[in-house]
Amino acid sequence: MQGDNQALLSVRNLRIEFPNRRGTLVAVDDISFDIAPGEILGVVGESGAGKSLTGAAIIGLIEPPGRIAQGEIFLEGQRIDHLPYEEIRKIRGRQIGAIFQDPLTSLNPLYSVSRQLIETIQTHLPLNEREARARALELLDEVGIPGAAERIDHYPHQFSGGMRQRVVIALALCAEPRLIIADEPTTALDVSIQAQIISLLKGLCKEHGTAVMLVTHDMGVIAEAADRVAVMYSGRIAEIGPVQEVVRAAKHPYTHGLMGSIPHIGHHVDQLTQIEGSMPRLQEIPSGCPFNPRCEEASDRCRVERPNLQGVEQSEVACHLFDAQRVEARAGE
Amino acid sequence: MIAFLVRRLLQAIAVMAVVALCAFFMFQFVGDPVNQMVGEDATKADREYLRESLGLNDPIPVQFGKFALKAAQGDFGVSYQHKRAVSTLIVERMPATLELAVTAAILAALLGVPAGVYTGLRRFGFTSKLIMTLSLIGISLPTFLIGILLIYLFAVILGWLPSFGRGEIVKIGAWETNFLSVSGLKSIILPAITLALFQMTFIMRLIRSEMLEVLRADFIKFARARGLPNRAVHYGHALKNTLVPVITIIGLQLGSLIAFAIITETVFQWPGMGQLFLQAVQVVDIPIMSAYLILIAFFFVVINLIVDMLYYVVDPRLRVDQPSGGGGHG
Repeated sequence: MQGDNQALLSVRNLRIEFPNRRGTLVAVDDISFDIAPGEILGVVGESGAGKSLTGAAIIGLIEPPGRIAQGEIFLEGQRIDHLPYEEIRKIRGRQIGAIFQDPLTSLNPLYSVSRQLIETIQTHLPLNEREARARALELLDEVGIPGAAERIDHYPHQFSGGMRQRVVIALALCAEPRLIIADEPTTALDVSIQAQIISLLKGLCKEHGTAVMLVTHDMGVIAEAADRVAVMYSGRIAEIGPVQEVVRAAKHPYTHGLMGSIPHIGHHVDQLTQIEGSMPRLQEIPSGCPFNPRCEEASDRCRVERPNLQGVEQSEVACHLFDAQRVEARAGE
Repeated sequence: MIAFLVRRLLQAIAVMAVVALCAFFMFQFVGDPVNQMVGEDATKADREYLRESLGLNDPIPVQFGKFALKAAQGDFGVSYQHKRAVSTLIVERMPATLELAVTAAILAALLGVPAGVYTGLRRFGFTSKLIMTLSLIGISLPTFLIGILLIYLFAVILGWLPSFGRGEIVKIGAWETNFLSVSGLKSIILPAITLALFQMTFIMRLIRSEMLEVLRADFIKFARARGLPNRAVHYGHALKNTLVPVITIIGLQLGSLIAFAIITETVFQWPGMGQLFLQAVQVVDIPIMSAYLILIAFFFVVINLIVDMLYYVVDPRLRVDQPSGGGGHG
């Protein structure tokens, strides 16, 4: 199967497994999604839902023994999931940039910021030392580091957390990639700085036409930045659609529960809704819909048959509740 | 940096003073040196004269003061056994030991570091497992046994290399070197390997475990995500981050190579300080023993000082005199 021509990134039926002594754990189970050029796709879910792993799979950095067991990943129509190491390495940083959670540990403490920028630039672009340095300076300016000219030769420990994350963003942007995978880019930062980093990321990507896969568990960040959002649960996509629709009119009971657990200013509630139980561990994912033990609306069918994504309004939802709706809708025609 | 150096120098002086005190008290408690020096038929007057001329009748603090002052100038008195200045004896022997120790250290580092990086990167490979298994031999076999085995193989059976001594020695000023003659070079091979083997396996295992640790770090993952070639990630980012503990250990090991070359020197009849020390122990030649003690302590202190300074070169986080944490929050 070929990827959608319009999509920048197409993930098709991706399945990631971790073989271990007692069998095989399926961490990501048959997920498909697209990211259009310039689009920001938010990916939310609890820890262990498989969202970071999906990001790692796209840039070919799944830690062994984890492996892509099935499925295809296309970047601009070119299949990239089965490339030899050297080929995918050249795509990393050049066509797909990455930003990780903790800016404090993402930078090599022993190398100056300029050295890390220049080595990345020179890896991907045919620039000499002086040109690369000029570009590094431009990038630091662009990500809003005050006094970039003086600070470029400083070491990471001389920058604050927010500033370091800006350096990390500059590093991800070095070679003008078409897509950035941002894995929890604000989780480790102070709340006051989170918003700045998100708006910086959003602004830069709009300017450069860069698409972003924004992995986070923070619905606030998603609502702020994303165009579309994919909700992951137990290694599957529960719901994917335009951010307004998913946030305002969640369809999947899990998404509904997630939204109910967010406090709103002006709405007085005695207690926030809470989803009973917790996400099953990988070796204990139930048959049928993985959410069924926690779902108030689960039927017998949910315990047996796995729901597939199906279109509902602008979104796609993996829930049997909407099979019924569709049946009713058809019956009404 | 300068404040740090001054602090370290003061510490070093304190350490040396304590060591000097220990060395000094060896004179007080290990028998009467006069008995060792004079014959059976010496008269009481002879003994008393010797006592006086050696300064053994002075009050102890005065004796220590004199001792420390002289030691600081490199004067450790006269050997009871050899009847020559200890400093001359040591200076004669030092090149042999230093050349052996430094050769062994370089050998250990040149082989140990790459082997450590390799086994750290390919931890599940067959070659790595083979190297790790073989390295157990280096760790567990005692030095004298390795030395004897090497002599048996290369000197006795194959006859390629000499089994003892330094071979032909070339003099450059006061320094006698092995490195400028074929037989000297051949002579140093076996003892250097013997001495290096343990250090090499030690460095290798240290680098390997540090590499395994560092390779899991986020900045390595991020370096890969930036598309940097493996060479840059492994030998630049990863290896450099293993260096601080490795420098510490290599420094300390160099100290112990010098101090504990004794066994290797004995096995190979290597005319170094270790041999001098062993002979001194046999005849209770206190001046040599105390000078050796002070000298080894001095080597350790100097090496430690150098290691501390190397930290500054390797790790920018320690250069505290630079502005840090500036710029405030984004």
